[in-house]
Order: sequence, then structure tokens, then C-alpha cells
Amino acid sequence: MIEIENTWLLLFLPLAVAACNWFFFGKKGNIASLVSTLACLVTLIISIGLLGKTGEESFTWISLGNAFNLSIGFILDDLSTRMMLIVTGIGFLVHVFSLAYMKDDESKARFFTGLSLFMFSMTGIVLANNIAMTFIFWELVGLSSYLLIGHWYKKNTAADAAKKAFITNRVGDFGFLIGILTLWALSGTLDFSMMAIPAETCETLVNITLLCLFCGAVGKSAQFPLHVWLPDAMEGPTPVSALIHAATMVAAGAYMMVRVQTSLTVGAFPELTADVISIVGAITAIIAAFMATQQNDIKRVLAYSTLSQLGYMVMALGLLSGESAMYHLYTHAWFKALLFLGAGAIIFACHHEQDIWKMGGLFKRMKITSFCFLMGTLALIAVPFTSGFFSKEMILEAALHKHPALFWIGVGVATLTTFYMMRVILVVFFGKERSKNAEHAHEVGPTMTLPLIVLAVLSIISGYAFMSDNLVPFNGFSAPEFHFGLPFYASMGALALGIIAAVIFYAGSPEKDKLSNNWVSRALQNRLYIDAFYDKVLIRGVQGIGAAIIDCLDQFLIGGVIVGGIARLVAAIGGLLRKLQSGSILAYTILFGLGMIAVVFFTVFYSCNN
Amino acid sequence: MLIWLILTPIIASALIGLCKAPARATALISASITLLLGIWAVVDFDTNAACWQEAFGQTLQFTLAPPMSKVMLILTILVTFATVLGTNAPDKAKASWFNSALLISAGATGAFLSDNIISFFAFHELALIPTFVMIGAYGRGDKRSIAWRATVYLGAASMILLTGLIAIGSQLGYTFTEMKAAVEAGATIAHPEIIAGFLIIGFGTLVSLFPFHSWAAPAYASAPTPVAMMHAGVLKKFGLFGLFMFQPILESGFRYWNTTLLVLLVCNVIWVGYVTVQQRRLDLLLGNSSVMHMGYIFLAFAALVSSGSAALNPWAVQGAALLMLAHGLSIALLFLLCGQIEEQTGTLEINSLGGLGGKLPRMAFVFGLAGMASIGLPGLANFAGEFLVFFSGFAGFNGGFGAVQIATILCLWGLVIGAVYMLRAYRNIFQGDLSNASSYATSISVYGVTAGYFLVACLIAFGFVPGLILQFFTR
Repeated sequence: MIEIENTWLLLFLPLAVAACNWFFFGKKGNIASLVSTLACLVTLIISIGLLGKTGEESFTWISLGNAFNLSIGFILDDLSTRMMLIVTGIGFLVHVFSLAYMKDDESKARFFTGLSLFMFSMTGIVLANNIAMTFIFWELVGLSSYLLIGHWYKKNTAADAAKKAFITNRVGDFGFLIGILTLWALSGTLDFSMMAIPAETCETLVNITLLCLFCGAVGKSAQFPLHVWLPDAMEGPTPVSALIHAATMVAAGAYMMVRVQTSLTVGAFPELTADVISIVGAITAIIAAFMATQQNDIKRVLAYSTLSQLGYMVMALGLLSGESAMYHLYTHAWFKALLFLGAGAIIFACHHEQDIWKMGGLFKRMKITSFCFLMGTLALIAVPFTSGFFSKEMILEAALHKHPALFWIGVGVATLTTFYMMRVILVVFFGKERSKNAEHAHEVGPTMTLPLIVLAVLSIISGYAFMSDNLVPFNGFSAPEFHFGLPFYASMGALALGIIAAVIFYAGSPEKDKLSNNWVSRALQNRLYIDAFYDKVLIRGVQGIGAAIIDCLDQFLIGGVIVGGIARLVAAIGGLLRKLQSGSILAYTILFGLGMIAVVFFTVFYSCNN
Repeated sequence: MLIWLILTPIIASALIGLCKAPARATALISASITLLLGIWAVVDFDTNAACWQEAFGQTLQFTLAPPMSKVMLILTILVTFATVLGTNAPDKAKASWFNSALLISAGATGAFLSDNIISFFAFHELALIPTFVMIGAYGRGDKRSIAWRATVYLGAASMILLTGLIAIGSQLGYTFTEMKAAVEAGATIAHPEIIAGFLIIGFGTLVSLFPFHSWAAPAYASAPTPVAMMHAGVLKKFGLFGLFMFQPILESGFRYWNTTLLVLLVCNVIWVGYVTVQQRRLDLLLGNSSVMHMGYIFLAFAALVSSGSAALNPWAVQGAALLMLAHGLSIALLFLLCGQIEEQTGTLEINSLGGLGGKLPRMAFVFGLAGMASIGLPGLANFAGEFLVFFSGFAGFNGGFGAVQIATILCLWGLVIGAVYMLRAYRNIFQGDLSNASSYATSISVYGVTAGYFLVACLIAFGFVPGLILQFFTR
């Protein structure tokens, strides 16, 4: 059937398609979109065929003539093949959805080229058999994300968001590269399969190395304090948000950390590293959940929700429970892609209206979309026996055993999640229409609803053992037996509390948010002023003023006084010349040059004749 | 045969200057000849090494034996070709436009192929003259003082360098071959650290090592496009080439200065990096970014010195060679585009541009690739070079962060700085609302577009297959 050699096709087909689209179908958007979608279908089929296969293959990319090789290769195990299935599966559904969503876009070919480029880069991260290759493709997903966020580059907000995403990720990559270099220096190899930190290494160095690697994940998975780019990335077309900024790319940080944990073994993670990771995750989860409660743009609510769920995954990583992180990554991928695509369908139907306070009553106008969106919500708020329930339960369980404080933060996040999602449901789907756009909304076509239906089914059933045991990207994963215990009772309490609160505030078609117009709400809407702090203090203040001072010093101190002093001395000698000559710069330079050559040749003959 | 790589552009330039031959056509023919001859030379070298080494008396000895020479030759012929193909000369100055490119190319080729260190030096001086003259005659802005400043800096640097060259040449002989043989035979050098100091300041100033960099950015910004492309792209690499050629000869001397050099090169990356962030004109921004990027190549040099030899730290030499090539190609491309933007819109003030991507989508694409190349995006040549350079910094790691590792980590922050200024420039020039100046843009000449794509193709080729270059070091 499908041999492991086909993995090369899986990796390079999307690149070939991207190049082909760019060079040949630049003006033929319809062909380009079909080619990209078909290629994605092919990669999906290959990924299904590769499930359960193991193996490793690589070719040398850079060789320096010594033992050192930078290679491009793949490693197949349950972690990578099952992750590939998520990537290509959601990738394919998003491609199909985009066929309709981007139907009338003037740069459709560029959009699909970007999607194919993304599929190539993401595949590279997932399959990479060495950490240098991970970094290479890590940068390339950064590029494709930049291109797709900035798809509507004439819009200032989109152009700014793309730039912000790239630069914020670069800050994370700064740490990531230090980590890669130190890890290489310590273990002498870049290959995941041979990587090991020598036992005698001092613990500080191990902590530095692992935390630096984690910096990369903080950037890519948008963890506090580098979370600021993800909400802005919603400026990109909605299918992009679903694929890149919800289901796959942002999960790459967690994936990479799990890959490192698998290679180095969990035992190699010192307590300090583990604690820092889980605390970063918990902080992200809770602040993002708070911010989500006061967002009015439907995509932004989902973006903060993504941040918060990524926080859960990272927290689980820090609890050294990689399996629960990947379980949640897997369920989250389906239901969050569903929610974003659902939001896309709603936005499309409402003529690009994104403000939830201008929607309302959509349930009766868009039955399929609304029903699917509701399924996604049920999974996200972890209603029992949906997929999200099982994975969240597993994370809470792990937290309870290691750090009860983190467990209670997790429960708090769950309450908030239920609250803000019920808020969206009540405001968008029920009550009265709040604008003309909402009144004229009607159900979208089958190209858009079909992916929604598929994802809705998966959001419900993907958590059950018959699927999760075979599909959760983790080596030797098996879903834990469900049992009644504190995590269950706590999350039921959270669910009930969240729903009751949302019903109190948002049932009955309110015209505006009863909780807004106070300082708490303003602080949350303004993202706790973190973005403003970065912009005003770090970028304009520290960087701007610092650069201005350095520039000034550079011109006047170094250019003017220190080195200029020497120059002035020479210029004084030149001044003598000026008296003799016409004063033309041309004459000076020619004279200078000729003089120099005279000196040189004099020296040459002098020295060589001796 | 090698001499024709140098004579062809000189003859072409004489034909243009003295016989009034059609400038672009003649220059293009010359550049094509050197391009083909040069490629043949590096490819054929392995089978017919003797054919590609020749001597004319005691002072002119050319060789293609050092791997670094091959890389630099490739850089020279590629950038020369793109320069004469892509630049648009004003009617009144056609001859000097193309002549300057050809002469710089001839001088650079001569320097990179010379075995004799005095002719190595003299050819570089030859190539500097057109630089000064062109800035003085046709530069932008305060051209007289800029040309004067560059002349003084580079002239003084050359004199310091010459002193160092003679000091070592008089002890070991005047060719690289002789010197290497003498060192291998165990010759001792008197005052190696003093000589190394002269070489570092001399070569360093030519490559705009901090704090001797003040000439560079204004000179590039002021220089007419072909000079900026040729000088920033090719000629500037002379200093680095020289340092790498002298490293095995003056190992102990360079080691004496290594800590100082590490501090200076970090300043190149961080200090000049923030100077670049502050620039509001595209030409100055590119000029400063080019100064900044030299820091990475100095880092490779410092790592090499710290490790001791190329055998112990192959990352340094090969990474530096690749990065010199890649940087030359990408900065030449960026200056080419910079010239085109000025022709199209009449301004280089970043904030008066905007929305140019809608008017000139192909240029936006090429500029995007060039900018991404310069900030180290994988798949383009610069990344492979930078990546190896960073590995070179960690090659001497023994259980803790030493000076070289700390410098490497600090230099890594340059990746963030690079992204800040390059993406900001791209955002403000090509994206967002269409500005007044940008609305004048019409279209780029077919020559300009072809030259741009040519350089992009080179960046992608070396980025995907760095082995094309690295093979010279491993055979």
C-alpha cells in the first residue's frame, strides 16, 4: 500500500504545488485553488496510509567534511504520523471550506499558494528527525503565517498584525536557537533519536537549555508573555485562523516540546524547568480566559479561547504529562477548527460583520452552521462525553496529583470558558437580530457546511477510546478509564456555574453587554494593557529611545569625535593640498588613488628586488 | 586563463571610455564572458588545477587554489553580471556608470585571485578609486564630504594594512603560498600580535568593523546604484577574505586580540543594529544593515581563531564563506531595488512611501525575498551561512558558556533586530495605504526585473543547495 518512501512525497508535494501555483497559475485563481486542494487530499491519503508505520530516513543537506551533518529527514512514529493526520485532515477541510470562502477574492491564487506553503512547512516540523530541521521549518511556518495574516496587505491593521506576529515569534526563536545550540554542544548530536544530555552536566545548564528551547514554544504557541501576536493574527482570512492559528501551527510549540521530552526522556526535565513551564501555561490559560469574556469580535473570543486552551496544553507539559497535552491538542484541533470555520460561515453570511453585538437570532436562519457551532462549543466547554471533556479531565487529573494550585486554576479557567462561550452562543444565535446584516443572513452552501459537519462529528466522538487510542499523537497512548472523582465534580461545578452566569447576564436578547462600561471590562478589553505596555514602553520607549540615543552617539561620538579626530588630522594635511589645487573632490580622489598606487608599486619593486 | 577574468572588464571599460562603444552592451558582453569563464574555472579546477594558477613575474601570481578564492570569484562574477544587467544609467553618465562597475569587478577579481600579497593589496586599491570618484561626482546628498570621509577612512586603513602586510611579508615572503609553507615548516614570526593588530584595524576598517564603520553607511547611501551594489556586495568582502587567508599564518597574533574583537563584533551587530532601526531612509537603512551583518562574519572569524584551525572549526570557515557570498548577493539585490524605488517614486524616505505592493507586485515579491534573505529565512542562502556561523560559535563549547559562546548568544539577538527594521521597512514601503509618492510608480524596465530575478534565483539555489559552495572546502 503506502510505503514509508511516500513520506518524501508527503513533505515535498505541497512545496511543489506552491511553486507551481506561484509561477504558472498566478492569475488563474480557480486552477490554483483546485490544485492546492487536490494536493492536500493526496497528502491526507498518504497520512492515513502511514498511520502505525515506523521508520526513519534522511539525506544530508549540509556536510562539512567532518562528522557534522545537517540533514533533512523524517522520523515516523505514533507521535509524528498521528500529528500528520491532524494537520492534513484539518488542512484538507480548510482547503475545501476556503474554496467557497475565498471565492471572490482578487488574490485567490496567492492565498492558496500561501496555504500550500504552510502545509509544506508544518509537515516539515511534524516529520523532522532532527532539531535543526525543526528550526528550519519552524521559521518557514512563521513565514507562511506572516504571508497569510497579511493576505489583505493593503489594510493597515492586517499589515501590522503580520509584522507583529513575525517579530514576536523571532523573540521566541532567539531563545529557541540558544537552546538548540546548547543542546547540540551538550549532546553532540542534532538527531532526536540519538539525543541525550550527559548525566554529569550541571543542572543549571540543563535548566537553561530546556527553558531556552521552551522559549521557542512560548513564541509559536503564543504563551504569556509572547501571546500578544495571536489575537491580532485574526486579521487574516478566517480559514487561515482555523488552520494555522487554532489547530496546527500554534500547537507546534507543544508538539516540539513533547518531541524533545520523548527524545531526552521525561526524567531529563529538572523540577525548575517543569515548574516554569507549567506556571507559564497556567498564567496564559487564566489571563486569556479572562480577556475572552469581554471581547466583542467573534474571532477574537475564539482567539483568546485558543490562547487559554494552549495554556492548558503547556501546563500539562510542565506537569510532565505529555500524553494529556497531546490528547488535548488532538481534541482541541478538531473542535477549535470547527468553531473558527463556523465563525467564518457566520461572518460570510453576515457580509463580513464580526461584532457579536450586531448579530443575533442566527439559529433559525443558519440551522446547520449553528448546530455545528454548538457541537464545537459543547466540546470546548467540556460537557461530559464530548471529546474536550475527556482530554480536559486528564489534564486536571495530572494537575491534581502534582500541583493542587494549578488544578484549581484549571477549574477556574473551565468556568470562564463555559461563561464566555455561552455568552457567544446566547448573543449570536438567540434573541433578536441586532443589525440588517444579521437579518439578511442565510445558510451557506454545502462546500462550507460539509467541513463543518465532519468536524462536528469528530468533536463529539474523537475522545472515545476507539478513536483516541489510535489517533492521539503520542507514542503508546491509551485513554485513561473514566471515573468519578474530584476532577469530575469540580469540572461539573465549573460547567454549571459558567452556564448559570451566562444565562443571568445574556439570556433574553440584551442590546449590549451588561458587564461592560466599568474599569474591569475596559482592562480586559484592552488585554490588561499588556499590548499597550509593549508598544509604548518596550517598543517606543526602550527600543525607540535607545536606538535614537545609540544613533546619536554613533554619529557624533564615534563618527565625529573619536574616528573623526583622526580624519581631521588627515584632512588638515589635505588642506595643504587644497591650497595647491582647484578644490574639486574629483581631483582629490583621483590624486589620492594615484598616489596610493604609486606608493604600492614603489613598495612592491623595493621589496621584491631585495 | 585567469588573467582574462581581470583583463576582460578592463578592456571593456577602455572600449566604453575611449572608443565610445555602446556602454550597456559592451559591459554586458564583458560580464557574460567573465561569468562563463569564471564558472568554467571553478568547475574545471579539480581536474586541471595547474591551468588555473599562473604567474607573471614575481609580483603577479594568480591562483584559484584556496577555496575561499573560488567562492569570492563566484560572488564577483554573479554580482557584476547583475549590476551591469540591472542598473539604469542616466543618459549623461552612461559610460561612467558601467565603467565603475567593470573596474571594481576587475580590481576585486584581481585581489581575490592574487597569491602575492602586494598585488592582492594593489588590486583592491584599484577598485576603490571608482568608488570614491563615483560618489564624489554622482552621489546623493552631501556627496563631497561623504566621498572625502570614505576616502580618508579607507586610505588610512589601506596604509595601516600595507604596513602590516609588509611587516609579515618581509619575514615570511610575499605570497600566501610561501607564508603558509614557512609557518608549516615552523618559522617563528617576530611581534605577531602587533602585525595582527595592524591587519585587524586595516582589514577591519575596510569591512566597517565597529568603531571604524562611520564611513560605510553614508557612502553606500550616497553611491550610485552600481557602485553601491559592487562595493557593498563584492569589494567589502576583501577585508574578511584577507583575515581568513591570514588566520593560519598569524594564529597566535590574532588570538591575542580575540577578546577585543569579540566585543567589537558584538557592537557591530547590536549597536549598529539599533542604529539601523533608527534609520528613516531606505538607502541608509540598507547601508547600516550591511555594516551590521559584517558582525556575523567577524563572529565566524573569532570562533575560528578561538578554535585554532579550520580543521577544528570547519563551521567557521565554511559558514563565513557561504555567508559572505549570500550577503553579497542579497545586499546587491537590495541596493538594486533601492535604486529602482527611487527612480519610480523619486524618494527613499520610508514614511513617504507606502502601498507600493499594489503598484509594483513583482518588485514587492523580489524585495520581500531579498529582505527575508537578509534576515535569515531558511531556503535562502543567508540562512545556511548564518546557521553555520552560529554553530561555529558553539563548536568550542566545553561545559560552560565561554566568551565566544556569549558573543554568539548576543549576536543571535541580531536576528530579532533584523526582523524589526526589515519588516518595518517592508510594511511601510509596500503595504498599507497607497502614498502620494508611490502613486507615481509605473513599471520596472525588463533589465531591472531580469537582474532582480537572477539574484533571487542565485539566493534560492545556494539556499537550497549550500553544497554548491561548501564542496570547495571538502574536496
